[in-house]
Amino acid sequence: MYLEITDENPYENPMMIYPAIHYTMGGIWVDYELQTSVKGLFAIGECNFSDHGANRLGASALMQGLADGYFVLPYTIQNYLADQITVPRFSTNLPEFEETEKAVKTKMDHLMSIQGNKSVDSIHKELGKVMWECMGMGRTAEGLKTGLARLKEIRKEFETDLYIPGTEEGMNVELDKANRLRDFITMGELIGYDALNRNESCGGHFREEYQTEEGEAKRDDKDYFYVSCWEYQDNDEKEPVLLKEPLEYEAIKVQTRNYKS
Amino acid sequence: MDKNISFTLKVWRQKGPKAKGTFETYPMKDIPTDTSFLEMMDILNEQLISEKKEPVVFDHDCREGICGMCSLYINGYPHGPATGATTCQLYMRRFQDGDTITVEPWRSAAFPIIKDLMVDRNAFDKIMQAGGYISVRTGSAQDANAIPISKEVSDKAMDAAACIGCGACVAACKNGSAMLFVSAKVSQLNLLPQGKPEALRRAKAMLSKMDELGFGNCTNTRACEAECPKNISISNIARLNRNFIVAKLKD
Repeated sequence: MYLEITDENPYENPMMIYPAIHYTMGGIWVDYELQTSVKGLFAIGECNFSDHGANRLGASALMQGLADGYFVLPYTIQNYLADQITVPRFSTNLPEFEETEKAVKTKMDHLMSIQGNKSVDSIHKELGKVMWECMGMGRTAEGLKTGLARLKEIRKEFETDLYIPGTEEGMNVELDKANRLRDFITMGELIGYDALNRNESCGGHFREEYQTEEGEAKRDDKDYFYVSCWEYQDNDEKEPVLLKEPLEYEAIKVQTRNYKS
Repeated sequence: MDKNISFTLKVWRQKGPKAKGTFETYPMKDIPTDTSFLEMMDILNEQLISEKKEPVVFDHDCREGICGMCSLYINGYPHGPATGATTCQLYMRRFQDGDTITVEPWRSAAFPIIKDLMVDRNAFDKIMQAGGYISVRTGSAQDANAIPISKEVSDKAMDAAACIGCGACVAACKNGSAMLFVSAKVSQLNLLPQGKPEALRRAKAMLSKMDELGFGNCTNTRACEAECPKNISISNIARLNRNFIVAKLKD
């Protein structure tokens, strides 16, 4: 596979490697039954926050998919579904349905109507650069604030200069990508807010201002011993609200990882 | 390694399932040979969008060779000239300066075109729904996997399970048969003890579904095996045929 991609034989020349962002720590908040804060919506596998903390190890996707999907959910979803058996099937004539359908159509119409000059991918790439530069492996308070400001600009660009070709009829891949990109921008801002709030280095979150003499992560268990849950507030312009879920360990003693001894 | 090539792309464009499709010609200039085929298609699309035209629609997802979404028929070969690799694992250094590269979707009556190069592969999902599962109570997590299985059986089952359901076998087959896909999915389950109770029923149901959906029949051409990006063997087809005959005899 390496030979195909780079046209170099790894048996003869050392492999070229470069760090890249692959996964994220954290995810959708769920309770012990894997239900989100939206009743009836369950989030399982890699997309929820439940299985690993500040470090995300390899094969986690498979592990989380199995742990949640095979070992946990079959036992917990029954608690919700059991009551659902008495609920009759909804008709699409209900006012809630009409309202939602209208809201979605308005969003689509709005995206199509901007007709600016920038393709979805070009804005997406700008987003990627900001995330890599300001919210990547090593973060600083300065860099994060700059990144958040840049993201606001990118959102503005998205809202005013986006170009989606074609129409809403049939398959429109650009419209599909645009919808996701809007959410990616929101996610980017969330990552920024969270990194700025957490004034310590912990696992994958490395704040350059908080490191030991050897350059290792310096945790602050006195002030930051919690899971940060962020609640979305109505729209993209408002900052999310932080809810702290304190960490309590009964069976283990929390330590710092040490590769030396 | 740092070479650029210029070539001509002939791409199948079709506005919708019922529209008449046609080949459009696009000249591509100075594409680095390090670019992957799909990245090259992205470059084409950025060009088209900057000219306020509609981009070419094609399926893709992981771009890593494992999800089974990418499905381009390149110069008459499903997934292009490289063997044992999907479209997303094809790199432009396989082509020469001045080439004409023809790009088409999977052609099969059972895969109607949605738009341009994107086809509807729900037929595969329907085949899976017809029998590609185990409904026997083998016990829940942990107990279900407690039966020891010999290495020969587990190797064959694992090789069959490598099928990513891309549909290249259907595209390559002159009869448009999905036998390699169906046999891989059936074998993956029928070989294992948990799959044995329903083995015959599964073979019959999935094969009948395949016929019903408009796929062709197998005439042992082996084009499917040659083009399969996961190198699935036709011995799976032989196994499916055996299972099917026994199932029919029992009726």
